Amino acid sequence: MVAQIRHSHSERSLRHLVDLEHGQISREIYVNDDVYRQEQEQIFARAWLFVGHETLVPNPGDFFQSRMGEEDVLLVRDRKGQIHVFLNTCRHRGMKVCRYDDGNTLVFTCPFHGWTYGTDGQLVAVPNEESTYHGELDKAAWGLHEVAQLCNFYGSIWATWDAGAPSFEDYLGPFSEGIRRCFQSSDGRDNGVEVFKPPYKWYIPTNWKLPAFSFDGDMAHGAMTHQSINTAAIGPQGELGGGGRHGLRAAFPKTEYEFCSAELGHGGHNPIFELPGVPPYVETWQTAPGVDDYYRRTREEQAKRFADQYLHGGGGCVWPNAIVQPQRILLKHPAGVGRTESWRLYPVDKDAPKLVKDAQRRYMMRYGGPAGLTESDDMENWNYASRASLGTIARRLPYNFQMGLGHAFSDDRVPGITLNNRTAEENQRARLRRWVEFMEAGSWDDIYPMKQT
Amino acid sequence: MEIDSRAQQLERLLLEREVEQFLYKEAQLLDDRRFSEWIELIADDIHYFMPQRRNVKFGEQYREHSDPESEISWFDEGKATLAGRVRQINTGVHWAEEPFSRVRHIISNIQIEDVQGDEVKVRSNFFVYTNRLKDEVNLFVGTRHDVLRRDADTAWKVAKRTIILDQNVLLAKAITTFF
Ligand code: FES
Ligand SMILES: [Fe+2]
Repeated sequence: MVAQIRHSHSERSLRHLVDLEHGQISREIYVNDDVYRQEQEQIFARAWLFVGHETLVPNPGDFFQSRMGEEDVLLVRDRKGQIHVFLNTCRHRGMKVCRYDDGNTLVFTCPFHGWTYGTDGQLVAVPNEESTYHGELDKAAWGLHEVAQLCNFYGSIWATWDAGAPSFEDYLGPFSEGIRRCFQSSDGRDNGVEVFKPPYKWYIPTNWKLPAFSFDGDMAHGAMTHQSINTAAIGPQGELGGGGRHGLRAAFPKTEYEFCSAELGHGGHNPIFELPGVPPYVETWQTAPGVDDYYRRTREEQAKRFADQYLHGGGGCVWPNAIVQPQRILLKHPAGVGRTESWRLYPVDKDAPKLVKDAQRRYMMRYGGPAGLTESDDMENWNYASRASLGTIARRLPYNFQMGLGHAFSDDRVPGITLNNRTAEENQRARLRRWVEFMEAGSWDDIYPMKQT
Repeated sequence: MEIDSRAQQLERLLLEREVEQFLYKEAQLLDDRRFSEWIELIADDIHYFMPQRRNVKFGEQYREHSDPESEISWFDEGKATLAGRVRQINTGVHWAEEPFSRVRHIISNIQIEDVQGDEVKVRSNFFVYTNRLKDEVNLFVGTRHDVLRRDADTAWKVAKRTIILDQNVLLAKAITTFF
């Protein structure tokens, strides 16, 4: 059955709005309220979503306020050390049980009438319980609402509200290894990073899909959007080599592609290597003396560790809204049809010396987020592209997603991956294809291709 | 407490007046988009810092602001990056400021907190209004802790600036103005 936009005056099917065969996507899906409501149920209540990292809650009783879709959740390490994710709402009348961004606590006491929950989510106390509930309140049934599944993926914490969702590793499919490496330290050890606090959080007046589907899907924007950045020379190498915003890298026999799972919707810009191992290290921290010594050493260890392996692939957008790359994570939370709450978190080698952590942190701060020299220009374009699509006439015009259409290919070295030129719109088409599938699906059984074969 | 002599009071008044005028002039350069002149007022060793602000439990206010030693702040940079921002804005292709936003800095509540040799610690509040394209409006309100240093060329230079913005989740899509 083809899903309809519920209650839409247009009564057009989603397939009609998302014409992937011709690369034409109706602007309606970015501006329509009914589509947005349907996304909350069909996508955000069902998909695996990024919640945080275990280093945000290192000790028993630590909590961190996060978000899944539109809703606030608490990432908590209970008194016994186990990690949970709870919806941040009191089961009595819905008040937020915690209004702090992070901290450490014994219990969460609701500020409305005082229901009190343990860090494991159990309702442990209700004021005057005996006299007001006559001992009849089934406290075991009224604990904090917990996610259906949680996965600690090499230190990163992911969760879903859907018990029918496949395991997170299966959800990642062919991206599992690449995403895993994003949580390795630079010497190649698993669980090797910690995350700087606090995350950047800011609102962008745009539909969440515009940035979420563009990021790591839109190589074409760089030259135009970021035209002004080289003059500021924010890269670790400073003015050297023309002031590029990225660090210097060694030449290594490889080709970079748009690299996506057409079936699962994940995608990034990743290499296929002609040689096993890792590229040699090139000095790039000319602006922060001493940092190269560390990264040269970790690169040598990484090279030893992976000497015989081909490290094809890497990070990218974990469908729908988490872009995971080495040393940077970007989240695009829906916050109304025309508003996105954007988050950025920065992983860094856990065991790096302070000198390295400081240099890495300062580079990330001048690069990214709403005050970063690079990304402020992204906000401008994402914002006004959305605004300019609101009009009655504008809405009749589809967006063009034809770049590289029909030129996708595959390669036996990366099974399950669809490739296209480094500058194409294959990744974005993969996300949109997955979007239609989620929006139409009755349950996970309809949208997990691996399960059906 | 000893009452200051008339001469001391007068000296203090003149200093206050001088500092105020400097801060007004600095703000005006920004509002008039004379960024290349503004950056001349910034000391080479400046720490330009705007922390993020957490919602924290009573008694934990000490960790309300992100720590410049280990955490992520809106701004935490020196002159090289600030000068890079000025060059960027002057390219004419920095889309977040092309065309220019209309920006007005209202600086008030100026108080001298300490005088040490040629350095003065000054606190001031700011109300920065930005208006962009047709109807994009942002209000940035907060307080600044400055160290101003006497300078032979420009009378004063800003040697340290901590900007406390009264927001948690940033309400603006980007910050492309100076404070
Ligand atoms: S809403 Fe939480 S105790 Fe009533
Ligand atoms: Fe960009």
